[in-house]
Amino acid sequence: MSAASPLLCLKGVSKAFGANQALSGVDFEVDAGEVVALVGDNGAGKSTLIKAVAGVQLADEGTFHFNGKPVKISSPQDATTLGIATVYQDLALCDNLDVVANLYLGREVFAKGVARTAYIIDETTMEQSALKLLESLAVTTIQDVREPVGSLSGGQRQSVAIARSLLGEPSVVLLDEPTAALGVSQTEQVLHLIRTLADRGLGVVVITHNLENVFAVADRIIVLRLGRRVATFDVRGVTREDVVAAITGAEFGVGADIPKETA
Amino acid sequence: MSDERETLGSSSSVGAALRELGRKLAQGEAGTLLVFIMVAVIWTFFQFQNPRFLSPGNLTNLMLQQAAVATISIGVVFILLLGWIDLSVGAASGFCASVMAVLVVSHHVPSVLAVLIALALGALIGLFNGFMITRFRIPAFIITLAGSLTLVGLQLLVLGDTGTVNLSDPFITGLTNTFFPPLIGWIAAVLGIAITLGLSLLERARRQAAGLKVGPMRSLILRTAASGVAIVAMVAVVNQDRGLPLVVVIVFALALATAYLTERTRFGRHLFAIGGNAEAARRAGIKIDHVRIVAFVLCSTLAAAGGVLAASRLYAVNQSSGASDLVLMAIAGPVVAGTSLFGGRGSAWTAILGAVVIGSIANGMNLLALSSSVKFIVTGAVLIVAVTIESVTRMRRGAQPA
Repeated sequence: MSAASPLLCLKGVSKAFGANQALSGVDFEVDAGEVVALVGDNGAGKSTLIKAVAGVQLADEGTFHFNGKPVKISSPQDATTLGIATVYQDLALCDNLDVVANLYLGREVFAKGVARTAYIIDETTMEQSALKLLESLAVTTIQDVREPVGSLSGGQRQSVAIARSLLGEPSVVLLDEPTAALGVSQTEQVLHLIRTLADRGLGVVVITHNLENVFAVADRIIVLRLGRRVATFDVRGVTREDVVAAITGAEFGVGADIPKETA
Repeated sequence: MSDERETLGSSSSVGAALRELGRKLAQGEAGTLLVFIMVAVIWTFFQFQNPRFLSPGNLTNLMLQQAAVATISIGVVFILLLGWIDLSVGAASGFCASVMAVLVVSHHVPSVLAVLIALALGALIGLFNGFMITRFRIPAFIITLAGSLTLVGLQLLVLGDTGTVNLSDPFITGLTNTFFPPLIGWIAAVLGIAITLGLSLLERARRQAAGLKVGPMRSLILRTAASGVAIVAMVAVVNQDRGLPLVVVIVFALALATAYLTERTRFGRHLFAIGGNAEAARRAGIKIDHVRIVAFVLCSTLAAAGGVLAASRLYAVNQSSGASDLVLMAIAGPVVAGTSLFGGRGSAWTAILGAVVIGSIANGMNLLALSSSVKFIVTGAVLIVAVTIESVTRMRRGAQPA
């Protein structure tokens, strides 16, 4: 974690669902060029935190700073406008459409001239930039961008979803369980892609259960437990056991009602 | 995909090519080919039963008979692409045609205006359906089924005591009773082929100029040749009878416009996206309810157009216009020819192909003078087989890993 004002910085975020306090006073920050892994057990509040950042589900309390400036995120559009892109676990792809159509869904490029007045889609331009985009991300596994997404592998589909999130030129990308249900080599592909994003200077937040992936790709690890941030680790100076202890709460012993912030 | 084309094109191994074709058939990718095989089987069967079946006169009749259904089916394709169903198309066609007939005959409204009013009425019905479905989240089949009943009632009301209105207006009856002289037919055929080939070549050149992958020239020529042969054969047949019917030109123009709208424009892309994954489309910022309402408006407008064509052919509108099995035929046609009942897959051309398949069976059974009981049973069985094939191919697609 660098500098005084990280790219995206949340302070004191709280969210309650009825009597259930999903998040209480959580701080969160991600910097440009780093991969932050957000880990924690089920019900730790990871998804709630991400939904608050994505503008899908508003927080009850908390301040948001983007590039050092205070901002308000009250809708998904707000998040998108700021430059925060989210890739959900279900990917939200249309299996019947090809890769190009999925990449440009909702932002189709119109042909110019007479064709423009007839609302004709410029498939050539879209395919060219789709190829360029995939190439820039070193996604080499997709042979034919005219193939329906339904016939792609899980890793390829994840790559398409991530590539699509980049079309709005975001500066922060949130990835919800990007490697869940992927095989070994496909997980490898996706992790490589995530690293590429950070190398391009994006702030990347990865929610995951898989500690192996965390150590493979993350720079920093933020641990949530029961709605609180209980630990922050630099990935280089920490063992798997430390992280597991923070996730399960073993480190803090029996009787510790309120876990302490350790970083 | 390109690999598959290579495999087929190189013909280094006929076995591999056949296996590939088998896979495509099994997964419903070679739907058009399957439909052509189906038509060939049906035609051969009926030709053996009754040699008049493939006569130019009967084939022309087949086209005239099916023009109205095909038109309604083109509209239904919009709704099928969404993954929904519109059960009110039959009633809408009957009601709109009735209003047109009454306006012309009893109120002496100019016929062109009356036709336009019928189409506008269709659009209004679609607007109502679309609004109810998107605003109140009522399942499409329920609201259109209920609406269908209401429209039948309105149709009886409009037609009044006699229940039949005979039409003699030259414009309306001319829609299905106008035939072009042979030369015009041939010009239309040449134009059709030239435009198809020209557009494919243009597209290919553009992709090549942009440095994108293009399919082998051979398959392009093969495809154009296939459709060219079909067009030439059709014109040759109709020219031996009364000539190219105006209504065939109308139906092809409507299908062409729909194909353009669904495959080339943003509206069409969004239609397919909603049918494939509505939630994904919504999250991509598509105004999915707007798209849905427009689809219903187009569907009901085309249903009204189909009603007008049916009235034109019958020289009359009566209480059973748009009733009976018309709805089922109009929906089953595109499905038989490869448009998915589950949304996101299909094309305007399946409306015409499906109308040919179903119409051939009906026409053939009429020629054999089969009883109504047999006709209903056979038609029903064919539809059951068709939707089963559709569902099975869909399951195979889902089960097939990459």
